[in-house]
This record gives sequence, structure tokens and C-alpha cells, in this order.
Amino acid sequence: MVAALAKEITLRRSELQGQQVETIYFGGGTPSVLEVDEVVQLISVIQTNYQLVDNPEITLEANPDDLSEDYIIALAKSPVNRLSIGIQSFFETDLRLMNRSHTAEQAVSSIKCATRYFDNISVDLIYGIPGMDDDQWQSNIEKAVSFGLPHISSYALTVEPKTALKKFIAEKLIPEIDDEQAERQFHLLVAQLGEVGYVNYETSNFGKPGFFSKNNTAYWQGKSYLGIGPSAHSFDGEKRGWNLRNNIKYMQALAADKLPITYETLSRTDRYNEYVMTGLRTIWGVSLQKVEHEFGKTYGAYLHRQAIKYIEQKLLFWDGDILLATKKGKFLVDGIASDLFMVNLS
Amino acid sequence: MKNIRNFCIIAHIDHGKSTLADRLLDFTGSVTEREKQDQLLDNMDLERERGITIKSHAIQMEYQYEGETYVLNLIDTPGHVDFSYEVSRSIAACEGALLVVDAAQSVQAQTISNLYLALENDLEIIPVLNKVDLPSANPEEVTDDIVDLLGCAPEEVIPASAKTGVGIEEILKAVIERVPAPEGSSDSPLQALVFDSVYNPFRGVETYFRVLNGEIKKGQKIKFMATGKSYFADEIGTLKLVQHPKPIIKTGDVGYLITGIKDAREVKVGDTITLNDTPAESAIEGFEDVKPMVFAGIYPVDTEDFEELRSSMEKLQLNDASLVFTPESSAALGFGFRCGFLGMLHMEIVQERLEREFNMTVITTVPNVSYHAFTTKNTNDHIIVNNPSDLPDPSTLDRVEEPYIKATIITKSDFVGNVMSLCIDKRGQITNQTYLTTERVELTFDMPLAEIVFDFYDRLKTVSKGYASFDYTPIGMRVSKLVRVDILLNAQPVDALSALVHFDNAQTIGKKMCEKLKELIPRQQFDIPIQAAIGSKIISRETIKALRKDVTAKCYGGDISRKRKLLEKQKKGKKRMRQVGNVEIPQQAFMAVLKLND
Ligand SMILES: Nc1nc2c(ncn2[C@@H]2O[C@H](COP(=O)(O)OP(=O)(O)OP(=O)(O)O)[C@@H](O)[C@H]2O)c(=O)[nH]1
Ligand SMILES: [Mg+2]
Repeated sequence: MVAALAKEITLRRSELQGQQVETIYFGGGTPSVLEVDEVVQLISVIQTNYQLVDNPEITLEANPDDLSEDYIIALAKSPVNRLSIGIQSFFETDLRLMNRSHTAEQAVSSIKCATRYFDNISVDLIYGIPGMDDDQWQSNIEKAVSFGLPHISSYALTVEPKTALKKFIAEKLIPEIDDEQAERQFHLLVAQLGEVGYVNYETSNFGKPGFFSKNNTAYWQGKSYLGIGPSAHSFDGEKRGWNLRNNIKYMQALAADKLPITYETLSRTDRYNEYVMTGLRTIWGVSLQKVEHEFGKTYGAYLHRQAIKYIEQKLLFWDGDILLATKKGKFLVDGIASDLFMVNLS
Repeated sequence: MKNIRNFCIIAHIDHGKSTLADRLLDFTGSVTEREKQDQLLDNMDLERERGITIKSHAIQMEYQYEGETYVLNLIDTPGHVDFSYEVSRSIAACEGALLVVDAAQSVQAQTISNLYLALENDLEIIPVLNKVDLPSANPEEVTDDIVDLLGCAPEEVIPASAKTGVGIEEILKAVIERVPAPEGSSDSPLQALVFDSVYNPFRGVETYFRVLNGEIKKGQKIKFMATGKSYFADEIGTLKLVQHPKPIIKTGDVGYLITGIKDAREVKVGDTITLNDTPAESAIEGFEDVKPMVFAGIYPVDTEDFEELRSSMEKLQLNDASLVFTPESSAALGFGFRCGFLGMLHMEIVQERLEREFNMTVITTVPNVSYHAFTTKNTNDHIIVNNPSDLPDPSTLDRVEEPYIKATIITKSDFVGNVMSLCIDKRGQITNQTYLTTERVELTFDMPLAEIVFDFYDRLKTVSKGYASFDYTPIGMRVSKLVRVDILLNAQPVDALSALVHFDNAQTIGKKMCEKLKELIPRQQFDIPIQAAIGSKIISRETIKALRKDVTAKCYGGDISRKRKLLEKQKKGKKRMRQVGNVEIPQQAFMAVLKLND
């Protein structure tokens, strides 16, 4: 697999056309597939084939049970400079309910160990878990904050089809997911993290100033990215591509010097829609000026008109020429974005 | 003229008319091998999808018989009651009819009603016993049933199978020998009856006609007698599988005419075509006006499309003479039309055709029958109520009358009990019960039309395991205890959701309406109370809880396209919703009352 990844990186060297690489991100599950020296090897393949900025943000995502002290030490010596740890909860019951492979104890110990070697750490936390009351949620937040971490991602639990959780809920062994609970806990989170200096810079992301995820922010700001590996997505400002999902097919394609990718070209409307959809999730909002400049006056006028209803309902507001979600609107931005979309009916 | 035969195929639904037409076309070599397909004449997508004929379809065949060439104009007709107007107009263009009876199912309700239509027009009836190939066929008994019905000799009934081709030659022979050639004089001034028409976006209105007297030639200046307008016959011809232009259509024959008319309102089905310079003295007697059974509002989803909807409906009406409509307006929906239909299937088909053929997305409101209301001020003269909002205020209302029908149901003796319970549940009163044979029973009921319009067919089918056929005729108005159930969304009455119902059912219907709307209206950013009311009295309520969470947790890399596509789809769905006040109501919610028992 490492060879295939390296091959893909090399084959795609011309795609960035002289743009500098600002961030590198090793996605979830990496430690169970790659040794640290393989990670290092891939970074060096990137360095040989692309131009990197000084001090690129290089993140590695890991689960607590993957992060042994040895692994962390080895990483600390590598160019990796940011860790994202899938904590999810500090309560054993929650972890079992979500069928996680780590324990509450591993959650704590992995953070403790990581903080000794890394400054730039992010953890993620899940709320809206059936049976989790607000006090429990609050103590999860406090615990995460107590480690002095600069970044927290937090997601509402969703029940995916064909999972054990789905089955348990269907069999009524576990209560249904409760929207009101999720909404309440989201607002608790925003308030509590706000008090201690975290900025809710995107729906699910909170960071101390200077510690926002550069990598993820690029997605929301429409920047280009190269996704390497099975089912990874890429975007060059106009085309979005996705790699084959299947590992074997992915490797076979590369062995035959073929890129395992399929592209779709985004129309102007697609790009406008994506900008609205991602923009409303962030503190940078949707800039009317940018809409008019990049997509044209019609789009600007349309956005303005469609937004009126939501401004009246106090779900959106204008800050100068920037359209933003209000506190109340934050948890409803998908439906709102959809309504601000331009679509051709035919 | 003596070698022309005009005949139609009539029967109860599904007895095999269209399949029989296939065999006749095959046998006479009227279609090529490549053109062949099952129920070839059902050429609308809707007909093919549903496996039923909706439109009558005329087609011309040529056939050699005993050394002579005959021109046979065949019209395949629909069997479903909702399209009976198609049958009656086809009959007017013919001298004979093949009365098809399924050898397994025997004589059914529409066999009888369509037979009567044909007899009223003095058509020669040729009975065809179809589907004799079926293992469940019962040829002797069914032949007896037919003999009883027609009073003909058993030998006159032609055993046939539209599947295997048995009997086709005999049918053609009978058509030639038994159906009279058209009468009429070729020297008289032109009189041609318009029995159908269709709007062609490129060529304008095409009219289908039957020449009764005189002849029509290409290029002649012709006149429509009802409208008084004249045009040139740019193109005339006969109806083969495709249109065949001809220089002349002679007395007794069937053809089409194109004059370049673009305005749908200038052509009326039932009108007489004559020559401008030597006009006939009088028009041929046209068709009886249709009597719509059900009324509902049709509104454009987008209020701006009202005029476009009007022109689409006018064009559709050319091809569906049983559709009637008048403009109306609704506080909730703006401008639209109150439309009359022959039944619920007809209503559904109209809605579908507007969407498919004219690209019009419409909202159809709760259907109702036509009531008569009398006010205390004037207890003798009635006000026609085709729309719930036309019902006078209860304080001034003296009484309401509702239309009743005589329902004729033919079923197997095993199901008599079930059918009776159903009809009684539907406020029916039994008036007669006759054993046609030891197996088959004919039941007649007096019933409110409103009760059969809604879910009667489906329930009848269920309780009789499919062994019941049904026909009805109006028998006038009777006093009834009716109330209007209004629906309020977010405390605003939505007139388009009001329904007229019998007092005894009002409570239940109101409750079910609220429940159904709660299910159909998506959650929005605020709580939406739903209330059902009679006058100012609230009889039921529900609340659609506000949406609390409408945001996906993760939106990175690949999630973005997936998410965008999902939200685009959602937006498209929303475009088909109607905003009333600040509540978004999906199209199907307006028909909620019909789905109360699902
Ligand atoms: N076995 C057998 N099936 C037949 C025969 N004729 C028609 N069918 C079948 O009966 C069904 C109905 O046939 P259609 O020709 O569509 O009947 P129809 O009378 O035109 O129906 P409507 O126009 O909807 O009233 C189809 O599934 C045919 O294949 C026959 O002679 N034998
Ligand atoms: Mg048919």
C-alpha cells in the first residue's frame, strides 16, 4: 500500500501547478496501517514531488488505543506536528454504546502522553448520545478542557445504517436519538468552550486563536486539495475527483500506472452552492462581494433575496456584506443553505 | 362507400379489447413486424405503464374479402368507467361494435353499460367471446350469459382468443357481413363530425372526424359550424399507425384534418365541419355534454404559471373532452381552476398528463362532488356547491342536498355479504338483488355519490377478491347532513384543505386529517399547530414540532459533493411545495383526505 500511495503522489506531481502545499493530513485509521517510518517516508515523497511552505501543518489522526507511548515518541521525532485523537467520550458506557475499541482509561492516558510530546492536539467529542445527560456532557467538556488542548472537534451522534447502534435502537434496547437533546448539548458546548477562549469557527470545530485546523479550513474556503489513497477526494477549484474505494482495485490501478480517479466538473452553480453550504458553517460566513465577484451579480441578488426570510426569523444575519448564521441558526444551517441554493428544475 | 366499415371495440375493463385490436391489425397486415408490440394502440406512456386504455384510438385497415378490398376503420375504446365519454364519442362514429366478453369473467358491469351506449346509437353488435384459451374459461356458460343479454342466437357469438389468434378471421368476416356500410350521400354538402382532437406543438390542432355526407378535399376552405370560423384544409388524410395524407376523404370514411389552428379554443369536439362556400344547412347532432362527477381545484405550484396552466388545460381538453374547468381563486393557493372529472382515476390522469405533456407541476385540492345548498332566505332555489368554500355560512343555511346514484354491482354469490356490508358502511341502501345465474348476483343500491368517489373501488376489489364489477347512474339529489371541516395551519385557515363531509363522519375525518397532515408536512424551523374545525369549533389538533437539528456533523473533503447533491435534491423537492403563510406544504398534503385510511 505504501508503494501505491507513493506512486499516486508521484504520478500526480504536476497537478498543483506550482502551488505550495500548506498542510498534510493523515486520516483516521493511519496508525493501524502505517508504521511511523512509513509515514515519514510518504512525507518525504511529498517533499520531493511538491513544493512545501515553511512549517507545513502535518496532522495525523489516531484512536486512543493506537497511541502507545512508543508510537507517540516516534511521531514526535517525525515531521508530524499535530495530533487529532478520536476520544469521543470519557465515559465507558458511551464508548461501549458506540462500539468503540478504546476504553475511558485509554482516552485519558493517550491525551496525557500526547501532551508531553505535542502542543498542537485536537480531540473529538460526541454529544447527543442516548442516555447521556447534560451533566455528563458538561463533565466531558470540562475534562477535555482540563488538558489545555488548543482544539476540539465535536459532533452530534448520528445513527448510520447497518450499524449495531441502529439495530439496538430498532429493537428498542436503546432509546432513539433525541434532536432536542442534541440541540441543547450543542448550545451547552458552544457556551462552555466560548467561556474558556475557544472559537466555534465551524459547526463542529472549536479552536484557540492560532490553532484552527488549517487543513479543514481549506475545504470550507474552496481551496484545492489532493486526496491520496483509496476513496480519497481531490479538488482543483473546478473538478472534484474521487479515488476507487476498493483497496485491491486501487493498488492494481496504480501498479498499472493508472490513476484510480474519476472526476466531475463543478458548474458555476455547483460552486456557488458549495460556497453557501460550507460558508454558513463557518465564522467567515458567505461574502456577498465574493459571490458577486466569483459567480456574478445574479447570484448575489438571488442570495440576498433568498436570505430575507431567514433574517426575519433571526436564523441568519448580515455583518456588513457577510452573511452568517445566528446562534439559533447554527444548528439548522443545512436546510437554510439548501434554500439559498440555486437549482435548475428540469 | 359500400366497402367501408366503421366499428369500435367495446367491453368491460381488461376483457382484451386492445389485444384483440393487435390481432386484427396483424391479420390484415396493417402493421409491419418491426412495429408490432402488445396493445400497440395504447401509445401513451401512461397507458403502457398502467396497462389500461385511457384514450379511444382510431386506426384504418385494408382487407381483401371475397375478391374485394374493404376499408375498415377500427376504434379501440377504454373500459374503465372514468373514460366512458371516450366510448360514447367513438360509438357515434361507427355503425357496428365488437362487444368483447372475457370467457372467464363473463358479462360485467361495463359490458352492460357500454352495450347500452351502443344500442342507443343503433349499432350492430357483434359479440366476441374472448380469452377462450384461458384454462379458467367457461365458454358454454358465458355464451349463454351473452345470449341472455343480447337476445341473439348462440351461433352469433364468435369464440376467439386475442392471445392465440383464434377466431380473428371470423371476426373480420362478421364485420364485413354484419356491420352495415355507412349511409350518407356524397352529393350533399359536407357534414363531418369531429369526434376527437389533439394538440400538436408543431402542427397545431389536429381534428379527427367522420364524414357523414359529402366529401372533403385537401385545400378546400372549410368551416366549423359551432364556432363559425373558416380555415383551409392544409392537410387531410387517414389514420394509419401514422397519419397518411390523402387528397380526399370520402363519404362514410374517417380521417384527420390539419388547418394550422394554434388556439385550442377554436376547436370543439362534437362540432360539424362543412364547406365554407357550400355549407350544410344544419350541424349534425353533437355529443351530450359530459356530466362531471367529482370536482377539485387545480393550481399551479408557482403562482406565476397560471396563464400557462390555462393554455395547457385548453390544449389537454382537446384530447380529453370529458375535462371541464372554470377559473377560481383560493386564499391559500391564488388563481387556479375548479375542474370537473368523471372520477378519481380521471382526475389522477389529468394531473399526470399536465405534468408529462405540458410540464406543468400542479396542486390538486381535496375533491368533492357537487352539492346543492339552500339558504333560509330562499328555500326553493339552490346554490351549486362545487367547492367547499361555496357552502353558505351555517347561520344562513337551510339545507344541503347531495347527489345520489344507483349503483349496480355484479359479483359472485360468495361475496354478497361482504359487498353489502361495504355498501351499507358507505351509506348505501339496497334496492334489488337478482341472481343472474346460481353463481353470479347483481346487487343494486342507492348510495351517495360522494361515498363511491373516494376509496370505494379499492375496497370493493378487496372485499370481493377482485370478483366484483361496478357501474352507476345518477338518480338525483337528496337532503343530507353535511358540514365543512376546515383546516388551520399555524392558526391560519387553509381553504384548499377544507372538505365537505357527512356530519356523522366529521369528527373522525377531522382527526385523521390532522394526523395525516402531521405526517405529510415536513418539520420546519418553528412549531406548526394543525387544527380541524367545524365553524369556530375546533374538533381536533396536532402539532408538527419544530426542527431542532438540521445540520450534518462532518463536512470535509468528499462529504462536500455528497452533501451538496443531497441539499440540491431537497431544494428541488421544496420547489414543488406551496408556501401558505410561512408554512411549506407539499403537493400531496392537499390530497391528504384521500389517503386517510392508508
Ligand atoms: N389469455 C389471454 N389473455 C388475454 C387475451 N386477450 C387479452 N388478454 C390479456 O388481458 C389483459 C388485458 O388486455 P387488454 O387488451 O389491455 O384489455 P383491454 O380490454 O384493452 O383493457 P382496457 O382498455 O384497460 O379496458 C392483458 O394482460 C392481455 O394480455 C386472450 O385472448 N387470452
Ligand atoms: Mg385497452
